[in-house]
Amino acid sequence: MKLTIALSQINTVLGNVEANLEKHLAVIEQANAGGADLLVFPELSLTGYVLQDLVPTVSHRPTRDDPIFRPLLEASQKLDLLVGFVDEDVRNRFYISAAYLSRGEVLHVHHKVYLPTYGLFDEGRFFAWGDSIRAFDTRFGRVGVLICEDFWHASPPYLLWLDGADLFLLTSSSPGRGLTAEDTLDSARWVDHINRAYASLFTSFVAHSNRVGYEDGLNFWGGSALYDPDGNQLACGPFHQEALTFGEIDLNQLHRTRARLPMLRDERTALVQREMTRIFTCREQSSGR
Amino acid sequence: MIDIDLNINTELARGILTGFIRSELNRVGYTKAVINLSGGLDSALSCFLAAEALGPQNVLAIRLPYRSSAQDSLDDAQKVIDATGVQAMTFEITGMVDPLIGAFPEMSNTRKGNIMARARMIVLYDQSEAFHGLAVGTGNKTEILLGYTTLYGDSACAINPIGDLYKTQVRQLSRALGVPASILDKAPSADLWSGQTDEGELGFTYADVDRLLYLLVDQRYSPQEAVETGFAEPFVTAVVKRIRRNHFKRVLPPIAKLSNRTIGYDFLYLRDWGT
Repeated sequence: MKLTIALSQINTVLGNVEANLEKHLAVIEQANAGGADLLVFPELSLTGYVLQDLVPTVSHRPTRDDPIFRPLLEASQKLDLLVGFVDEDVRNRFYISAAYLSRGEVLHVHHKVYLPTYGLFDEGRFFAWGDSIRAFDTRFGRVGVLICEDFWHASPPYLLWLDGADLFLLTSSSPGRGLTAEDTLDSARWVDHINRAYASLFTSFVAHSNRVGYEDGLNFWGGSALYDPDGNQLACGPFHQEALTFGEIDLNQLHRTRARLPMLRDERTALVQREMTRIFTCREQSSGR
Repeated sequence: MIDIDLNINTELARGILTGFIRSELNRVGYTKAVINLSGGLDSALSCFLAAEALGPQNVLAIRLPYRSSAQDSLDDAQKVIDATGVQAMTFEITGMVDPLIGAFPEMSNTRKGNIMARARMIVLYDQSEAFHGLAVGTGNKTEILLGYTTLYGDSACAINPIGDLYKTQVRQLSRALGVPASILDKAPSADLWSGQTDEGELGFTYADVDRLLYLLVDQRYSPQEAVETGFAEPFVTAVVKRIRRNHFKRVLPPIAKLSNRTIGYDFLYLRDWGT
């Protein structure tokens, strides 16, 4: 089975969800016209990234009653969508979130589980921490969603892999940093390294969508990319400019790569579980060192 | 001494910085910029970047000589105006500053320099209103870290495209963008009085201090680790002290907190809020 994935790297209006929705709907039309089956928007694509005290003013619930999600759910009749937003739960906690929409339904909502709160990042001050990592079934097979810092930790992609995900949808609002003599920023090279590594180690497809534009002095570098289970980069968007990047993936590549490289077959999950239990329960072991 | 590479990819820097100028002006409804053009390297680079970002007709370069300013400075500024094609004006600040200086016969060079820098800020912001352009800053990372700048003077601006580039990197990017050779080759100077040079006043060279700052700031070396790489201890100590003592120039004045929600502490928005 082949499917065409479109990676949207957009600029956003900070805190203006309606304006960002308009852009989403325009990009959806463009992706649909280009034959996309699945369109991936970046982290917080409906709100902008450095929200700070704007967080409570931009939150939405991913339901048909919501004025922002209603048109997105309608649009998902044509092609599947992953959109970034701020979710407010029933007890008024705010999460950096991504919703997977398909044929008018919300198939999955992921709450970012790792909130970077160091260096230039301050997410933990404004957002609640997500508390689950689950793969879910789509018409293209089982999929996992992670948001930016989530995939800087090895465990979330690993858990998704064990939970059955063969396609990893990763979204970012990654601030560009690390200008050297190289032709890309440090941040762009780091993300390419780890995404290529996940594709290779988990013999899975990895699609990464990263926004562009500026917020105050921060630049967002784009470079959205698609990788196959052999770790090859199938498509890559331009850096620092809005773009819609299309890439076709052949899900039968999973069969071919895993016939050659049975990493999933050989993964010793019982051993992992036994050793994790020992590490977390053995008091003499200074595992936190 | 360890190898410290301050080289940057100039095309990447150029793309990010011109995009930054365009984005940060356009999103608040501006298409134009004003820049104080001193004839030195920093303002030349900011002018080249702004001209490329906005189109030269949308940039106003302002030359603001004092009666003792070097003719070379005016000439070099003119070369930037000619090379970029930006709009230009010249206004001599002598009439603004001499009455104040004249009132205090014992005034130090530092005070005079600060007055000139602040007089230039007044003209810059007046032209910002008259030209409907935002003030583009010209302070580099070296001088911001060292506090080698006049608060509410040359540091005043609406946006600063070059504040994360060390002087060494400003020079590299300026060369790549075609800043005239006479500006690239001369000794950096605030030109506040005759014979003044940055390196003479600071007591060290940009080449040295940039490498040290890169270790201390970018690479998070401790002062002791920096000494162990080969920098002289008194030099390291002096620079560390300068960075700390001048931090007040890099932050907004603290507001005494009284209420439940106070600007700067728990009233937090980016400047780009809503744009």
